[in-house]
Amino acid sequence: MLDSVDIATRVEEILARHKDSEGALLPILHDVQESFGYVPEQALPQIAQHQNISKAEAYGVMTFYHDFRSKPAGQHVLKLCRAESCQSMGADRVAKHAREKLGLDWHETTPDGKITLEPIFCLGLCACGPSAMVDGKVVGRVDEAKLDAILGGLR
Amino acid sequence: MRIWIPRDAAAKALGADEVVKAVEAEAARRGIDVTITRNGSRGMIWLEPLVEVETGQGRAAFGPMTPEDVAQIFDGGPLSLGLTEELPWLKAQTRLTFQRCGIVDPLSLDDYRAHGGLKGLERALSMTGAEVVQEVLNSGLRGRGGAGFPTGIKWKTVHDAPGPLKYIVANADEGDSGTFADRMIMEGDPFTLIEGMAIAGIAVGATKGYIYSRSEYPDANEVMAAAIAVARVEGVLGQNILGSGKAFELELRVGAGAYVCGEETALLNSLEGKRGTVRAKPPLPALQGFMGRPTVVNNVISLATVPVILERGAEHYAGFGIGRSKGTIPLQIAGNVKRGGLYEIAFGLTLDRIVNEIGGGTASGRPVKAVQVGGPLGAWMPVSQFDTPFGYEEYAGQNALIGHAGLTVADDTVDMMAMARFAMEFCAIESCGKCTPCRIGAVRGVETLDRIAQGDSSAIPLLTDLCETMKSGSLCALGGFTPYPVMSALTHFPDDFTSQAREAAE
Repeated sequence: MLDSVDIATRVEEILARHKDSEGALLPILHDVQESFGYVPEQALPQIAQHQNISKAEAYGVMTFYHDFRSKPAGQHVLKLCRAESCQSMGADRVAKHAREKLGLDWHETTPDGKITLEPIFCLGLCACGPSAMVDGKVVGRVDEAKLDAILGGLR
Repeated sequence: MRIWIPRDAAAKALGADEVVKAVEAEAARRGIDVTITRNGSRGMIWLEPLVEVETGQGRAAFGPMTPEDVAQIFDGGPLSLGLTEELPWLKAQTRLTFQRCGIVDPLSLDDYRAHGGLKGLERALSMTGAEVVQEVLNSGLRGRGGAGFPTGIKWKTVHDAPGPLKYIVANADEGDSGTFADRMIMEGDPFTLIEGMAIAGIAVGATKGYIYSRSEYPDANEVMAAAIAVARVEGVLGQNILGSGKAFELELRVGAGAYVCGEETALLNSLEGKRGTVRAKPPLPALQGFMGRPTVVNNVISLATVPVILERGAEHYAGFGIGRSKGTIPLQIAGNVKRGGLYEIAFGLTLDRIVNEIGGGTASGRPVKAVQVGGPLGAWMPVSQFDTPFGYEEYAGQNALIGHAGLTVADDTVDMMAMARFAMEFCAIESCGKCTPCRIGAVRGVETLDRIAQGDSSAIPLLTDLCETMKSGSLCALGGFTPYPVMSALTHFPDDFTSQAREAAE
């Protein structure tokens, strides 16, 4: 477990990297999430002070964006595209299959902490849908069988 | 033996990395020395991964390649497609913006120069800023993000604005479903965007640029960041670009999954480290943009088209197209379509040609029911409107928009009422919350559509009225254009709304 001193030290390092940057809050939040897997609540006052904004503003920004998490995700993150082009190729069907198979709704994590299921709106793979992203890697033409193979690889 | 295998995300999504490994193994087995270059995509997504081999006559194509079939690259076979340049789908295009995409090594500046790169920037450096602005104005280039505002006029406003610091911002927040042109150019020919932004900087007197990309595009971001680093080392960026004494610096920023940040003022707020809420206009970003300073905010494709305009001249570019839609447009043919991909051609093609001839109809083999043009905020075009020529005014005349030129094809199994509901639901999720018609309207829109689905046809006039309010009362295109998919679905496919009502009532 990280103690609060660890968090503060690592956040300080990240903040130092962005000290000369204009409007650096998003890059900072990305780096914090990259480092911890989520944005620890404890980091926000520290970030706010560095950016000369209130803690409420820092919280407001962090919660505005879908990407930033306040809690760690599962070990693997499966994102399924829900946008129109993928829908036209059966994305809703594949998504239903994934939710049933995992016993999860969107944004939920399996009880063993292995897999988090998230919706995503467009990976720019619209001519080879339905598309998915598995731990940052893109996958095209995902049908039920391909999804089962992906899940099998994550278990 | 020289081999090209794309690093484009679509090619990767279809197994390009695995094909690379298989080709390497097969070559080793045969004792053949191969050099594999990871290029961008040629845009024929249905043929990806498309492997190319250098021959005396040009590059020969093989696809769609699988790890099991790589022997065909050496021995020939059914996946052999002949010379890439002779493929009819590619040959019929007019590639200006995408002239190098899929051909060059995306991270080789030498390759870029060898294929006409930097000629536009060199020419711009020999001109005054006002002359560069005039050249872009003369080309007739309009914003490729969707609004279609003349790029030259925007540049002139920033050029004429006083201020010691000005910015160029590339809007690479390509969130519209059915679009992937920005992603493809960033992955396949990133120096074109860098060159276009440097030219914009010279034109308006800006010394700093930002590319605002998406977290959904990790592959594009990787290539773009590497290309910026190369450009800096090679003196295309920095304090003395190409030895001219002029400065231009560039930074890549990545969004965080908020669709609304594709709207230019929300993007600027996000870039400043704020919530991505929309700003009221005026003031125009051209006058008070990033950090309140004069800022050019252009779509990636607008900026990536500037080099070829400067290289070949405004007249050459303006010689393509129809009416006030000058030049070429990279059509992105997507969704349920047999031959999907990126097809750059002069404005003016009908949807019938795009979808049925070029796209080859649906992937499912069923009849086409509708095509959504311009992303989630674009109208669904029924087959009866398929003779509309592709152009800004031509689409506006049909209560539609071309947007970023993405086309999502749907077959006859699509439920248009479900699509209308999805449009409202998407708007509700992605609304920045600043204006009431969008924030509340989208939620009420979902509820109203649910009423219609339950058989309450008296809710149809309410939906129409709500769409009117959203259209005229929203601050930006998210709330303002969500009525396009909703109303086009209702207008052109009323049966989808009433037959469900009947079924529900039974």
